[in-house]
Amino acid sequence: MTAAPVIQARGLELTFETNDGPVHALKDIDLDIEKGEFVSFIGPSGCGKTTFLRCIAALETPTGGSLTVNGISPEEARKARSYGYVFQAAGLYPWRTIAGNVKLPLEIMGYSKAQQQERVEKVLSLVDLEGFGKKFPWQLSGGMQQRASIARALAFDAEILLMDEPFGALDEIVRDKLNEELLKLWSATNKTIGFVTHSIPEAVYLSTKIVVMSPRPGRIHEVIESTLPKGPRPLDIRDSEEFLQIAHRVREGLRAGHAYDE
Amino acid sequence: MKMIAPVLTVLAAILLLWYAATVWMNSQWTYDQAARAGEEVTFSELVTDTLTQKRPVLPAPHQVAVGLWEGVAGQKITSKRSLVFHGWITLSATLAGFALGTGLGILLAVGITHSRAMDLSVMPWAIASQTIPILAIAPMVIVVLASLGITGLLPKAIIAAYLSFFPVLVGMVKGLRAPDHMQLDLLKTYNASQGATFWKLRLPSSMPYLFASLKVGVAASLVGTIVAELPAGATRGLGARLLSGSYYGQTVQIWSALFAAAALAAILVVVVGIIEQITLKRMGMVQ
Repeated sequence: MTAAPVIQARGLELTFETNDGPVHALKDIDLDIEKGEFVSFIGPSGCGKTTFLRCIAALETPTGGSLTVNGISPEEARKARSYGYVFQAAGLYPWRTIAGNVKLPLEIMGYSKAQQQERVEKVLSLVDLEGFGKKFPWQLSGGMQQRASIARALAFDAEILLMDEPFGALDEIVRDKLNEELLKLWSATNKTIGFVTHSIPEAVYLSTKIVVMSPRPGRIHEVIESTLPKGPRPLDIRDSEEFLQIAHRVREGLRAGHAYDE
Repeated sequence: MKMIAPVLTVLAAILLLWYAATVWMNSQWTYDQAARAGEEVTFSELVTDTLTQKRPVLPAPHQVAVGLWEGVAGQKITSKRSLVFHGWITLSATLAGFALGTGLGILLAVGITHSRAMDLSVMPWAIASQTIPILAIAPMVIVVLASLGITGLLPKAIIAAYLSFFPVLVGMVKGLRAPDHMQLDLLKTYNASQGATFWKLRLPSSMPYLFASLKVGVAASLVGTIVAELPAGATRGLGARLLSGSYYGQTVQIWSALFAAAALAAILVVVVGIIEQITLKRMGMVQ
């Protein structure tokens, strides 16, 4: 007997009406994400991976099919504050310190001062930013800013973490380090993570499940279950035969889904 | 320190041009006087005379400087001839009007950014209000309010507010709308209320815009106050000083009042700038 999936999509569709006619951003999306999974969405621009993540977050409204988050509608899940969302840009408020930024959702959600203090300290240490609470965002590097934004998403302890290309704007060395830290954080907190990326190595390294998407209309081409061990993985796992095989399957999937067509 | 040479050069060039203009514009009077007396005027006599006339068409810089000095330091500050006295009258109405206009501008901006209906209904009127020359509106406001028994500071402050609310309104609408989609989406993921969005995101984001507008607004307030002091034949304030100077052909008095007004405006803008620096620094928005 397995628990109900945290996120369940059936025949999900989203069509934007534009002046050039309807655009099928998402079509026939069927997907189950179980509790504690790390699911990556990979595909070329326009395949709807970000749109799907935004549907889960109730930032977009699907035009057809069904989608549940924790068994309720995404809108209700949003109101229940069941997920933390990390955007591509850190988007920290320049007028707040790092601690102030992490505190923002807690203030809005009405946590007591003592709780705010305690949680800020906890999540800042989770993302390795102890001692940086009093700094302003401009005093931190891009990688540290993005870590702070992850701390902000973790602060209110939502079960689900949705990440939209969070490391897309960072250089590869910083990205490697943050990937490694993210895996540690994930196994320490047992959250369910949805992660949008352009990078095959990133998707394979992080995920328990890789969703390969293809464009026009945006749909799921293939779902690849990773055979890599769950939990923290060393960075050099990426040189292993198993890793390369999965990466190869992802690339084949992208090719078959016309990701490389011009 | 490198900047001192160019700054002084520009200042010297302006003074030189001014002196040349003084000689040229006042020469008619000198020639007329000489012709009446049947005398010839040499160039050096011309220069000396044009720079020392009692009622010149254009007073020389040193005459204005002396007028300004006597107006500021040469009188008791309670004297009717003191520029400090008149400056204070103008300043108090300016500050009252500025506060009024800023408050109104911010309130309207908050309404406009939160209500589409207000955006459509109020914004066109706000723009229209600024297309009417203030010189046409000011006398009407003064006269109407005077007939209601309201005189003194308030009518002037209202006209100052009329000029200063607009830049604040435009700047604040822009500032309150400054947060991008991502920042608004982020607050949506927290299920933040409109109030929380306003206090935690929109208002802090608008601060740099607000201060830019306040600098324009405070200068506009001063102009509004001075214009308001002209029509009613007021006897107090820098505007009244300008007016009485022009009645009696006291050009030195006019120019002294003008420079006093300019100095006042400069001080006000600098003060707003200092408050801006302190506020933004405290907010961590400037490095």
